[in-house]
Amino acid sequence: MQRIGVFVCWCGTNIAATVDVKAVAEALGKEPGVVFATDYQYMCSQAGQDMIRDAIQEHNLGGVVICSCSPRMHETTFRKTAEKAGLNPYMVEIANIREQCSWIHKDMPTATEKAIILGRAAIAKVHLNAPLTAGESPVTKRALVIGGGIAGIQTALDIADAGFPVDIVEKKPTIGGKMTQIDKTFPTLDCAACILTPKMVEAAQNENIRIFSYSEVDSVKGFVGNFHATIRRKARYVKEDVCTGCGLCTEKCPQKKVPNEFNLGLDNRRAIYIPFAQAVPKVATIDPNYCTMLKSGKCGVCAKVCTAGAIDYKQKDELIEEDYGAIVVATGFNPIKLDHYDEYAYSQSPDVVTSLEFERLMNAAGPTAGTLLRPSDGEHPHTLVFVQCVGSRETRDCGKPYCSKICCMYTAKHAMLCREKYPDTEVYVFYIDVRTPGKNFDEFYRRAVEEYGVHYIKGMVGKVVPENGKLKVQASDLLSNEQIHIDADMVILAAAIEPDESARSIATMLTASMDTNDFFTEAHPKLRPVESPTAGIFLSGVCQGPKDIPETVAQAGAAASKVIGLLAKDHLMCNPCVAEANELMCNGCSSCEKVCPYGAITYSDKEFPGPNRTRVLRRVASVNPAVCQGCGACTVACPSGAMDLKGFSTSQIMAEVDAICK
Amino acid sequence: MQVNNEFKPTIVAFCCNWCSYAGADLSGTNRLNYPANVKIIRVPCSCRVNPMFILRAFQRGADGVIICGCHPGDCHYTTGNYYARRRMTLLFSMLDYLGIEKGRTRVEWVSAAEGAKFAATMNEFVETVTKLGENKRLEDLRCKN
Amino acid sequence: MQELIKAKAIELLENGTVDRVLGWKTGEFFYDLTPAVFTSREEIEKDFVYSVFSGANLSKYLVKESRKDGKVAAFLKPCDTYSFNQLLKEHRIWRDHVHVVGIACDGMCDMEKIRAYGAKGVLSVERDGDTLKLETLYGPMTMNKADAEAERCICCKSRKLVAYDEKIGEDGDVIENSGRFDMVAKLEAMTPDERYAFWQGELSKCIRCNACRNVCPACTCEKCVFDNPKSGIAQKAAVNSFEESMYHIIRAFHVASRCTDCGECSRVCPQNIPLHLLNRKFIKDINELYGEYQSGADLETRPPLMNFTQEDCEPSVVYERGGKQA
Repeated sequence: MQRIGVFVCWCGTNIAATVDVKAVAEALGKEPGVVFATDYQYMCSQAGQDMIRDAIQEHNLGGVVICSCSPRMHETTFRKTAEKAGLNPYMVEIANIREQCSWIHKDMPTATEKAIILGRAAIAKVHLNAPLTAGESPVTKRALVIGGGIAGIQTALDIADAGFPVDIVEKKPTIGGKMTQIDKTFPTLDCAACILTPKMVEAAQNENIRIFSYSEVDSVKGFVGNFHATIRRKARYVKEDVCTGCGLCTEKCPQKKVPNEFNLGLDNRRAIYIPFAQAVPKVATIDPNYCTMLKSGKCGVCAKVCTAGAIDYKQKDELIEEDYGAIVVATGFNPIKLDHYDEYAYSQSPDVVTSLEFERLMNAAGPTAGTLLRPSDGEHPHTLVFVQCVGSRETRDCGKPYCSKICCMYTAKHAMLCREKYPDTEVYVFYIDVRTPGKNFDEFYRRAVEEYGVHYIKGMVGKVVPENGKLKVQASDLLSNEQIHIDADMVILAAAIEPDESARSIATMLTASMDTNDFFTEAHPKLRPVESPTAGIFLSGVCQGPKDIPETVAQAGAAASKVIGLLAKDHLMCNPCVAEANELMCNGCSSCEKVCPYGAITYSDKEFPGPNRTRVLRRVASVNPAVCQGCGACTVACPSGAMDLKGFSTSQIMAEVDAICK
Repeated sequence: MQVNNEFKPTIVAFCCNWCSYAGADLSGTNRLNYPANVKIIRVPCSCRVNPMFILRAFQRGADGVIICGCHPGDCHYTTGNYYARRRMTLLFSMLDYLGIEKGRTRVEWVSAAEGAKFAATMNEFVETVTKLGENKRLEDLRCKN
Repeated sequence: MQELIKAKAIELLENGTVDRVLGWKTGEFFYDLTPAVFTSREEIEKDFVYSVFSGANLSKYLVKESRKDGKVAAFLKPCDTYSFNQLLKEHRIWRDHVHVVGIACDGMCDMEKIRAYGAKGVLSVERDGDTLKLETLYGPMTMNKADAEAERCICCKSRKLVAYDEKIGEDGDVIENSGRFDMVAKLEAMTPDERYAFWQGELSKCIRCNACRNVCPACTCEKCVFDNPKSGIAQKAAVNSFEESMYHIIRAFHVASRCTDCGECSRVCPQNIPLHLLNRKFIKDINELYGEYQSGADLETRPPLMNFTQEDCEPSVVYERGGKQA
């Protein structure tokens, strides 16, 4: 029997106001094995911890029960205290008499009685505790970044600069992400490509960075420090190391009618293509959905014109296996689909465009070479109506309940650029609120209104009707309480943004949690904003929540610094509360192996003493303590009870049950 | 323990460490009341709950047993609660088959953010079990005082 | 049939295919056949018996027998081959030490039923096609074999041999509507009070002899949790009704999604408790909630309790279905 000490905390009045702490200490002092019981105002204070330390040494305690706040609060604190006093830290159990007792009960006798029972359960458990030692697991000093947009690039660059190898996996043929499609950035109006493309080149040239473009992560196994990923390099039917990016094939390809996703379908590309001039890697990719050679075996023009001999119609997907110590998710976003917004006539009229499409129409490398022209007839538009919050802050099912954060600013930017380049235009912006909380943001917005004469109207657009080559916009002005009718040439919708559709499956693969909007959840909303609750998984960019470019870059750097901190370690302490198989009882039936989510259980044939001095060969399970995370699924799957979980053993839990039901 | 005639059931709640135990803490932090008859046992995951624990609780005099875990899909260990879900479904069905009142057992998914749901669930469960009365069918009579 | 089997056993021993033969011999009574290992022609000719009472499932004995040196031949009826497969799946049997002779079966008989038919002082029973010829203290009599068939054989799930190296006779097919869940469904339709009364009546008869556990081909644990003081549920004797209920619930749960429904537990129960109704409840639930599953039918499919889908039903499904609430 252990010599147990019980320490009842008042937590000031948090516990003491509803729990009679003296009575609890007194009652628990009479429990079998308890040799010391006391109470104190603040057990977690230095004085309280000293008291525990002294009692452990003075009374030669083998087990400690602290009746205090939740173990989620101070379990680590008290374990450290025990360790300082020479006691194994896992000989400490916490009875949660604050969050789960004093704070929820008002009546003192009831709360006191419950606190005593909770204390008894902890005493019953600690009797069966065994000293545990944490093992160590090595850290693979390489990071994986999923997503090659500005978030992924920045994270990779920062990690690489610290001397660690990084792999970027990007599903598109080029890295760069959404920022490559943007014309100018707010509030400085510098050209997006001018600041992004050097970073893309820098990433490609950094010897610590490998870029897997046109690739996806197929599976991830393992745990912090020891992830194992399978990366699928999709067949691009062009040898990446041979292609020079001359682009001749993309001019000669006879299949000309492929919607160009880089320009959001506003123009066409060929079946073999390089997304844009500054693509990294600058190699061609064949689109298997449109290539006649791949579909019917007839054509082969690109192979004929390619002097480098880079075309390979027989190329297959390639699987790459690699180990990583940390994984950064930087999967980014997309504007929502506007199929459910018929009131804005998005599907009816080509002159109703999204803001990202407008971005391409203004861009010098875009389908109109930077001249703003109406998509329907190529005419110069005179009246432009911008509609904000399309799908953002929307309570209907088709929209998003959150604010997409970037729309107010890019709409101000578009309106301003429009008026600057084409002073003959009339520009209207319909808004619910204009949100400009950022450095130089409000100044920027005021310039749009005051210097550039953009008409800001508080109110929502009710309807857009295409009529005689015009777009009849019906709206209400909430400030003057008037109905407004505008004959517009173009309508630009600030569509809400949503996490990329790949995020959900990646989250499942990484066992990282997500919120209801499919944004990744951070480990703590305020104190750990760039880490996922799953150890070793970090978050960068819009995958965690809407952000603009500087915020994304800041978070990317923060995620990188967390990764660097992890990779700088040679070893990580393992959780000692892991499963363990009793070989003498194990049947070798593989039930445990089947339910283990980490593949921590392996089998081997071992010799055991049999009857009459014989040796019996038996198949038995063993658990890799570095891989086991201690969920306990195996302990229940095991029919013989050979599998048990340290720290939460069957007998410990049974003892708690007995103490509570007594 | 019974002082007056009012029946106070003994309820054991198994809560997974990552979601439901934190949810229970949150309901404390928000001072959301639920009856004191509910006593929580912390387990790493709902998949650690062995049917033996539940039967043992009933045997020793529990009137109701509730298992709380992360929402399906949110398990800290990825798949633990999926196994727990199948195990508990079959166990509960068996208990029902043996004629044990259905309301004495329950599984509820409570996230770390659902303090209010935790308190509401416990209030509801205690009410159901109180209505069912003392657990006579599963209790080991030897353990009665 | 007996002669064919004995001849095969001798042949396999003598041509060196196997070193031992696992079969049946007469136990305390002629109708009480018990598993036995034979090592010579003489032993086989003298003691080997195959009759309408060869119900004992031999697959479990292969857990120990297959670990010995040399090879053992085992005669397995269709239902036994399911258990055999399940044990292979759980790595309990060393396959290369076993030569399986599948034997076709169209149902075993139950002595209780013969007695119930009115036969007293039965000295021997011989099968002749669809008839049983009985020698009794009071002279010979005959009865239809069908009237003497064991309950578990009447609602046989499959006459198909799912594992064998060679077979004797032509086996049949999986039987689709065997009606084996009828009694479970009947119980489910009762009120909880009726069900409680039914099970209390049955389970309180339990004397904790452990025969069900010892015969069960799914209960092959090196050490049973009920014998292990560390498990916290070890019990030596039945003191009150719940101890037995708990024993049987946990036993049924431990074999759930592994039990092949061979029915041995009920066959050996000296108190005639219908234990198979517990196992069948789990099987029925699994079939209804997670899709049809027959353990032992193959070596690959994951047992349902070691599997899941994201769309699985919630445990609250129990509140919504099944028998009427009290």
